[in-house]
Amino acid sequence: MDVSQLSPANLGLFAVVGGVAALAAIGVVAFPSAVRSALCLVVNFFMLAFLYFTLNCEMLGITQIVVYTGAIMVLFLFVIMLLNLGAPQALIERRDLKWIGGGIFGLALLVVVGSQVLQPLMKVTQVKSEATFGSPQQVGLTLFSDYVYPFEIVSVLLLIGIVGSILLAKRRMQ
Amino acid sequence: MGWYHHLNPVFQDVLNALGRVLLFLVPVLILVPGCIWWERRFLSWMQDRIGPNRVGNISWSKKSKLVPGFLKGKKWHLRGLLQPIADGVKLFIKEDITPSTIDRTIYFFAPAVALFPAFALGGVLPWGPNRNLTPIADVNIGVLYMLAVSSLGVYGVVLAGYASNNKYSLMGGLRSSAQLISYELAMGMSLACIVLANGSLRLTDMVQAQMAPLWGYVPFLQNWFIFTPFGFVSACIFLICMVAETNRAPFDLPEAENELIAGYHTEYSSMKFAVFFMGEYAAMFVFSGVFATVFLGGWNLLPVRWDALGHSSFVDAMVWMNTYLSPLWFFGKCAFGITTYIWIRATLPRLRYDQLMSLGWKSLLPLATGNFIVVAIWIMLTKVYGPAVGWGSSLVALFIVFGIYRAFMHGPKSKRDLEPRQIRLLDPSPRNVTLVNPEPEVTA
Repeated sequence: MDVSQLSPANLGLFAVVGGVAALAAIGVVAFPSAVRSALCLVVNFFMLAFLYFTLNCEMLGITQIVVYTGAIMVLFLFVIMLLNLGAPQALIERRDLKWIGGGIFGLALLVVVGSQVLQPLMKVTQVKSEATFGSPQQVGLTLFSDYVYPFEIVSVLLLIGIVGSILLAKRRMQ
Repeated sequence: MGWYHHLNPVFQDVLNALGRVLLFLVPVLILVPGCIWWERRFLSWMQDRIGPNRVGNISWSKKSKLVPGFLKGKKWHLRGLLQPIADGVKLFIKEDITPSTIDRTIYFFAPAVALFPAFALGGVLPWGPNRNLTPIADVNIGVLYMLAVSSLGVYGVVLAGYASNNKYSLMGGLRSSAQLISYELAMGMSLACIVLANGSLRLTDMVQAQMAPLWGYVPFLQNWFIFTPFGFVSACIFLICMVAETNRAPFDLPEAENELIAGYHTEYSSMKFAVFFMGEYAAMFVFSGVFATVFLGGWNLLPVRWDALGHSSFVDAMVWMNTYLSPLWFFGKCAFGITTYIWIRATLPRLRYDQLMSLGWKSLLPLATGNFIVVAIWIMLTKVYGPAVGWGSSLVALFIVFGIYRAFMHGPKSKRDLEPRQIRLLDPSPRNVTLVNPEPEVTA
């Protein structure tokens, strides 16, 4: 894709949103305080949602906010506060060989993911998806036609999860 | 408007969007102080008090040359309407106390985070039929957008509670996060029923669908969703969840005064507290707008389909009013919603934490889910066999549910549940205390 095709306004918007997302992603691992890290993750998810919006995928973006920012991260914060992990010094790690091993594995993961993702990305010629792509109607139709069996199986899996958690909670009450 | 057409189309879009934002935000910002005044006056009327009725009584001078002639010697009685201005000035010039051992960044950030979703929620609400002026963004995921933004409301409270480094504040934040997560589910489910009946997530489509004939039968009445049986159930659930989402009484556990001082905003003073306060009222206002849009026919004045009534001067006048004065009706419905909020606050005592959880998870969520199933079956029957079969089978279902309710809830078990609580004194023997007159003090 030729970057010069894009208007400067679009490029600027992408640079701001993508840059903040990348900075927030770094912040998630860089901050010593658990709450700060969680907040950085919230910002990151939010910026990803904005990126989806700029690509005409409103449904995807809003689902990102509903599920991750609105529900999962609130639970994360809830747990962090409940465990009172506020003290920053509690999370400073010793620097030992684990660090090197982790770095090597991280790099390996980057190479594996990059080799799979970069090649298709280079072939992209269109900046935006079509206006109807990812609309609620299309997502619904696809879920209930092509992917109806996986969808139902996943819903049964979730149901099993709920029933299991209720059972676990019940046992304690006896 | 020549300069406008010479602009780059991108800037034209930006200007249009900005205009739409201002057209929604400015009325809300103007009406929020009015809401505060209305809450205080209405609440005091319900509690047999007077409330703030003094600020705004102006007596114009009879002699001064600075006063224009028609005002000389006049007395204005604004019934305390200027009280919010006085309060605002007080909040501005109050000393801003910041505790020393707080998480400073998050502490300053939290009020802004609390204010953001309150205003952002209005982004998809249409206040009139003109698509160029409203809503700010007519996206095809309007309802999901609302759920997403209202789920962000918890962050301001949680962050304020955490950053204050105060046990009571933290308790308020924790309660708030648990409460909002619990009530979001029922809220989403109740909205899903309406989406199912409506077939679109777009809020303008939702208003359009409510302008159809009532129940598919009555041609001169509008089909406001609150008049349909499933819509009424959804509206009740949504109303309860909406009160819970805005942390208002009886769901004001995050700031329960007698337990937590002031909950999450204990450590906030001056303008930062005012921002929380404003956010709460703006959220009330905008949630009332959501309720009006989804259940009360949006910007329509009355549930009457004027175009089905033929043509007369009265009908034409009503159509004109309905179309061109639509913001009045929309904001009027918001005011009605706020009055409901205040009424609920004046009526119901605060819930206990376990009552809050059991109401959300054991009553509202199953009810909303059941309603969802009913709507799905109803729509299927109506589409396949016509509306008569849909209505008939739902009536039959209602009788069955009522029968089950009678069979299970009116047995001896429920009698036992309703027994009044008894208090057992540790020393049951009646106290024989004889009152003795205190001996008069002997003074020398």
